[in-house]
Amino acid sequence: MSNGFKRRDFLKGTVAAGAATAIPLSLVEVSFGMGSNNAAAAGAQDFTFAYISDSHLTHIKGTEFNDNFDKGLKRAVTELNFMSPKPDFVIYGGDLSQLGKKAELDHGLEIMSGIRELDVKWVIGEHDYYLDLGAYWRDNISELYYSFDHKGVHFVVLNSILTYDEWTHERWPTAMDRMKAMARLDNPEGSPFMVGAEQRQWLADDLAQVDKATPIVVLSHSPLYQVFKPWNFWTEDAAEVQKLLQPFDKVNVLHGHVHQVLYNQIGNITFQAMMATAWPWPYPVSYAQHANAVPKTTVFMNRADPHNLRDGTGWGSVDLVSGRETIHHTLWRNTNRTIAYDADAGHPVDTKYQDPASQIPPQDHY
Amino acid sequence: MFCIRLIRWVPALAVLALAAQPATADEFTQEDLADWRAQFKSVVEKGEALFHSPKLGTNGHSCDGCHPDAANTHPETYPKYQQQTGEVAELRNMINWCIENTIDGEPLPLDSAKMVQLEAYINWERRGVAMAPGKH
Repeated sequence: MSNGFKRRDFLKGTVAAGAATAIPLSLVEVSFGMGSNNAAAAGAQDFTFAYISDSHLTHIKGTEFNDNFDKGLKRAVTELNFMSPKPDFVIYGGDLSQLGKKAELDHGLEIMSGIRELDVKWVIGEHDYYLDLGAYWRDNISELYYSFDHKGVHFVVLNSILTYDEWTHERWPTAMDRMKAMARLDNPEGSPFMVGAEQRQWLADDLAQVDKATPIVVLSHSPLYQVFKPWNFWTEDAAEVQKLLQPFDKVNVLHGHVHQVLYNQIGNITFQAMMATAWPWPYPVSYAQHANAVPKTTVFMNRADPHNLRDGTGWGSVDLVSGRETIHHTLWRNTNRTIAYDADAGHPVDTKYQDPASQIPPQDHY
Repeated sequence: MFCIRLIRWVPALAVLALAAQPATADEFTQEDLADWRAQFKSVVEKGEALFHSPKLGTNGHSCDGCHPDAANTHPETYPKYQQQTGEVAELRNMINWCIENTIDGEPLPLDSAKMVQLEAYINWERRGVAMAPGKH
């Protein structure tokens, strides 16, 4: 009995110490079938990484930048530094800049350099790419597509925002005309995103070296499935990319671009969207003139309050547990959201709102 | 005799004169409809250009930044109570709110041509949706 009391006291003390040093970022791990699955057998360990995405830092003139968007990224960096325990690394999901200018990318790098003691894995977005076709990004930030391994999980970063050569190289009088054309989400003169044949071959070769039981995490800017073409919530050759990924037991795709809570399951592949630090996009269901394929699985985020500039934005973290991703969205003006793979349902579910009876009126988008 | 004959013809001439006058009230032709449609479309197009123009604000962004294809503007729900301001607002009040607070611009006069153009574009993108004043 006395040992029991001591143990309980010790546990209470540990909890108190933890509460004193950690800020409430709802870093809750959800575990499914640990120890009896292929991922564990293949040597995968559980770990957490953080994400920040879609900051759209906008240069106005001289040293002046859009203050609202600066604040979003700065806040994410500050909060990320308070994570306890620390994540293993950070993903940046693309669209650091609004128009791909050096001034914007340098400004973004300066703010992101505030992240302490963590590597950043960079994904390029169309706003970073279409001014100089990724030249400054490649020279100063990161390769545009690459892979790496971490604790038994194979990560692949894709440049999914390429498009047809004719659109890229022959249509626009200046590079900035091209950039602005792609930057306008609803531009009827835009062009669909794609990974492209060359990169798909690279992906096939890269994955040929990987055991099928190894969990895969693919990082892209656009969703690697097709939601809504008018706004490029879309990757033209998504089906061909998915075909390369389907043979693996557990595949997780994490993407940016859509600025909203969005998740889906196609075969073995779980898709999750990263939130933006800049502003929320509407769900395509709210555009009455065009059909959409928004996944029925997704419980929408709350409709943003236009009077509250940080509403509908945030950052987050991902737990890789038994090779499946559990995403925690830190939302600055709403209840945080956690979406975890449900082995029984066979798709990701929101841990609080998935049951229609628990959903709330602001989640109704029309 | 001549006079009597003339008098006899007066009503008939009057009818002919009336028939020759152009319609001045509620008669219109397919050409009129096409013209009016074109007038409306030109205002919608001006609204679309304004909606996508950074010149409405000062921070490099435009309305479509948050509202692609004018989505999530819900023109069919106005007027409605805005809990943020504590009063019933029209769409144009919210347009001005966004101009001032998100793209750092000057609010438009509520009866200005530009405001009509913006409303025309926003409503056009919402065509076919049932009116739902007051809805949240």
